[in-house]
Amino acid sequence: GQPHKRRRTSEPSEIEERLEALLCRRNSSLESNLEGLAGVLEADLPNYKSKILRILCTVARLLPEKLTVYTTLVGLLNARNYNFGGEFVEAMIRQLKECLKVNMYNEAVHLVRFLSDLVNCHVIAAPSMVAMFENFVSVTQEEDVPQVRCDWYVFVFLSSLPWVGKELYEKKDAEMDRLLSQTESYLKRRQKIHVPMLQVWTADKPHPQEEYLDCLWSQIQKLKKDRWQERHILRPYLAFDSILCEALQHNLPPFTPPPHTEDSVYPMPRVIFRMFDYTDDPEGPVMPGSHSVERFVIEENLHCIIKSHWKERKTCAAQLLSYPGNNKIPLNYHIVEVIFAELFQLPSPPHIEVMYTTLLIELCKLQPGSLPQVLAQATEMLYMRLDSMNTTCVDRFINWFSHHLSNFQFRWSWEDWSDCLTQDLEKPKPKFVKEVLEKCMRLSYHQRIIDIVPASFSVLSPANPVCIYKYGDESNRSLPGYTVALCLTIAIKNKASNDEIFSILKDVPNPNQDDDDDEGFTFNPLKIEVFVQTLLHLAAKSFSHSFSALAKFHEVFKTLAESDEGKLHILRVVYEVWKNHPQMIAVLVDKMIRTQIVDCAAVANWIFSSELAHDFTRFYIWEILHSTIRKMNKHVLKIHKELEETKARLARQHKRRDSDDDDDDDDRSSDREDGPLEEQIERLQEKVESAQSEQKNLFLVIFQRFIMLLTEHLVRCETGGIDVFTPWYKSCIERLQQIFLQHHQIIQQYMVTLENLLFTAELDHHILAVFQQFCALQA
Amino acid sequence: RSDSYADLSQYRDQHFRGTRYDQERLLRKSCTLYVGNLSFYTTEEQIHELFGKSGDIKKVIMGLDKVKKTACGFCFVEYYARGDAENAMRYINGTRLDDRIIRTDWDAGFKEGRQYGRGRSGGQVRDEYRQDYDAGRGGYGKTVQ
Repeated sequence: GQPHKRRRTSEPSEIEERLEALLCRRNSSLESNLEGLAGVLEADLPNYKSKILRILCTVARLLPEKLTVYTTLVGLLNARNYNFGGEFVEAMIRQLKECLKVNMYNEAVHLVRFLSDLVNCHVIAAPSMVAMFENFVSVTQEEDVPQVRCDWYVFVFLSSLPWVGKELYEKKDAEMDRLLSQTESYLKRRQKIHVPMLQVWTADKPHPQEEYLDCLWSQIQKLKKDRWQERHILRPYLAFDSILCEALQHNLPPFTPPPHTEDSVYPMPRVIFRMFDYTDDPEGPVMPGSHSVERFVIEENLHCIIKSHWKERKTCAAQLLSYPGNNKIPLNYHIVEVIFAELFQLPSPPHIEVMYTTLLIELCKLQPGSLPQVLAQATEMLYMRLDSMNTTCVDRFINWFSHHLSNFQFRWSWEDWSDCLTQDLEKPKPKFVKEVLEKCMRLSYHQRIIDIVPASFSVLSPANPVCIYKYGDESNRSLPGYTVALCLTIAIKNKASNDEIFSILKDVPNPNQDDDDDEGFTFNPLKIEVFVQTLLHLAAKSFSHSFSALAKFHEVFKTLAESDEGKLHILRVVYEVWKNHPQMIAVLVDKMIRTQIVDCAAVANWIFSSELAHDFTRFYIWEILHSTIRKMNKHVLKIHKELEETKARLARQHKRRDSDDDDDDDDRSSDREDGPLEEQIERLQEKVESAQSEQKNLFLVIFQRFIMLLTEHLVRCETGGIDVFTPWYKSCIERLQQIFLQHHQIIQQYMVTLENLLFTAELDHHILAVFQQFCALQA
Repeated sequence: RSDSYADLSQYRDQHFRGTRYDQERLLRKSCTLYVGNLSFYTTEEQIHELFGKSGDIKKVIMGLDKVKKTACGFCFVEYYARGDAENAMRYINGTRLDDRIIRTDWDAGFKEGRQYGRGRSGGQVRDEYRQDYDAGRGGYGKTVQ
């Protein structure tokens, strides 16, 4: 045993530092750190008990990758102080209830796992843990609840078993068998319509894209077959078995899962991403199989590390690389696989995309001799499987790869990919290379891209991003509007005002009408053409120049764009001028929306217009559409926030008045105070309703256009007897899926309208399937 | 929870009009970043593409040589939301643009005149006294030339 040192008590801040340092001290073993810390904390309990409880509960919730270290610590404390153990368990249960109340399901999983590992540390009696799991699994018997609710309770049960399965089975095998059999029958009867929507690849080879519960079930079944022998998890409590087994255990209080409410939002189902297996690193340690529980634990822990340290890229990289078991598992492969799993996750990655790019760069810096090779191998594999990769994931692959290359002088063995040059350019591989080169150009410049690829790749190289001005050449002087264009050019160069521009434009004949409107400003496409072409050409030098031009002549733009046709035509002309420079088109559209020259619906209609059909599958088009939707969503949120803030101000005003209003009975003065605020609230209320209506309309327009486009294609294929599944079709249907997935929270509000108006039973089953998969996501 | 990449650096603009306290208050709520160590040839478009990865950009203002009125290797990037600027500090700061490691830092906010270099010759101060040869920043430092 350890010699008794004089126990001094700590300063409050020291407790936190000590807990953090517990994991970092290298000069002494983890066991001696734990023992020492347990001693110090025990001495601190009389003075700092609630603080210690709070810190340990927080650690349990937020540092799941270090779970067994802290459960051991709690075990040691419980052995020394039985009451503390009991209070900790109670605090954890309270925290669990709180988490479930506020939909913090991911953190709740960590708490339950922590509790289950406390069984291993003799803090909690096994039978009471089994009882809790029985209550969890019985949720599957509830009626009229969303499947995702039952899913979560089953998940939390199964995912704790790698830690505590052995102990629970040893103590209560009959009950456990019953639980497992109940789980199995639930898993058999649950629906899995949502799965295709969440898969990164549509093909099952080389690795099937399994639904997460199915995969976990296979892993637990294998664990059971192996008699619950689990060797990967680090279990510091084993070293303290003689102390811990003397400790008195606590019973978990009976825990009833809180009932389902309208506000409950359960985690979305997932598909397990796998890209590597033991054949991919023949030289190194063997990668645990896809149905091994080791694979599950490793992936869970690596995901937890990223979740803990995503804001600190260097720390995150270091923590990932120092994951224990480095020489027994091909850690680099696991890390790369877990990172891509997050990057490609549908509907969205857990963190901002650019984080993964920078994290991978940090990892390459820390392991320059090994990680870059694994990453290159991964890139090659992803390229090989592009044909079946979901379009949204291809987008992310394009963004990641181009940004990554820009940090490494664009060095890549492009010749290895020459196979794509012989394919139809709409096929996924050449399309991918083309989009990557375009993005690389955006991060550098045109000539650089020409220089970095072999000459044979010129067919995939991006266009030189120059502006196309139709009135530029003398040879165009026969074009209608040519002379006005010249006039405009001179006027603008001479710093003309909006009024002067208006008067010049008055002379432009309207090809749509026999006689000009007296007002002169009904939809006149030629007027728009001449003005927009000329102005954009003059301002072509840089984004800033173009933005200044839009700002200076805002009045003219607003007038020309008054009608819906006007808005659409402006967008058309922008495209004609800048079709070589998609980036410029995107920033101009963004600016025009923000300055209300065009609205979001006009942009949506333009994207689906026949003029853009040629570019319909290009990445930039969808960047523009999703950016437009996001702007709309942010706008609604912003006004809503303003409304809530104003309502809060009014409430505060009332409260203030009520509290010091004993003498002042003057109702009129209080009304006067309220007046402007109440008026403001009314106005904001209207603004919110109108914005929400615009938002709904935008989605309806988009869905309508998709349905029209897809139906056209399906009918054409059917009558022509050709295969529906062309590259265009795959791209289009996945773009429709992408709309649902990327904006699922907002679209959930429109389910009734969508079902009754657009996605009705008469629709072709190919299109309807997408809607049904989406409905299944939160069903 | 540690978030060191998004913290304020030690740098304070000596030309700032106001107290240290004012400056720090502005830095803590700013949506504007200073970006340094750019090549003279890096364009607004490239900056927009790279910094657009952390969120929607409100404005890019290129830093100019006070005399020549040409790019002199720095710029300001303003976001609509501070969270997007924070992500730029976490994930774009210290990575490469035009093969150069660029550096970002919080800025108290653009004011007219701040787009010009403050070096004697018109460019940035660091290019006045630089001893090394940097092809992307006009070659040798001004005093060496």
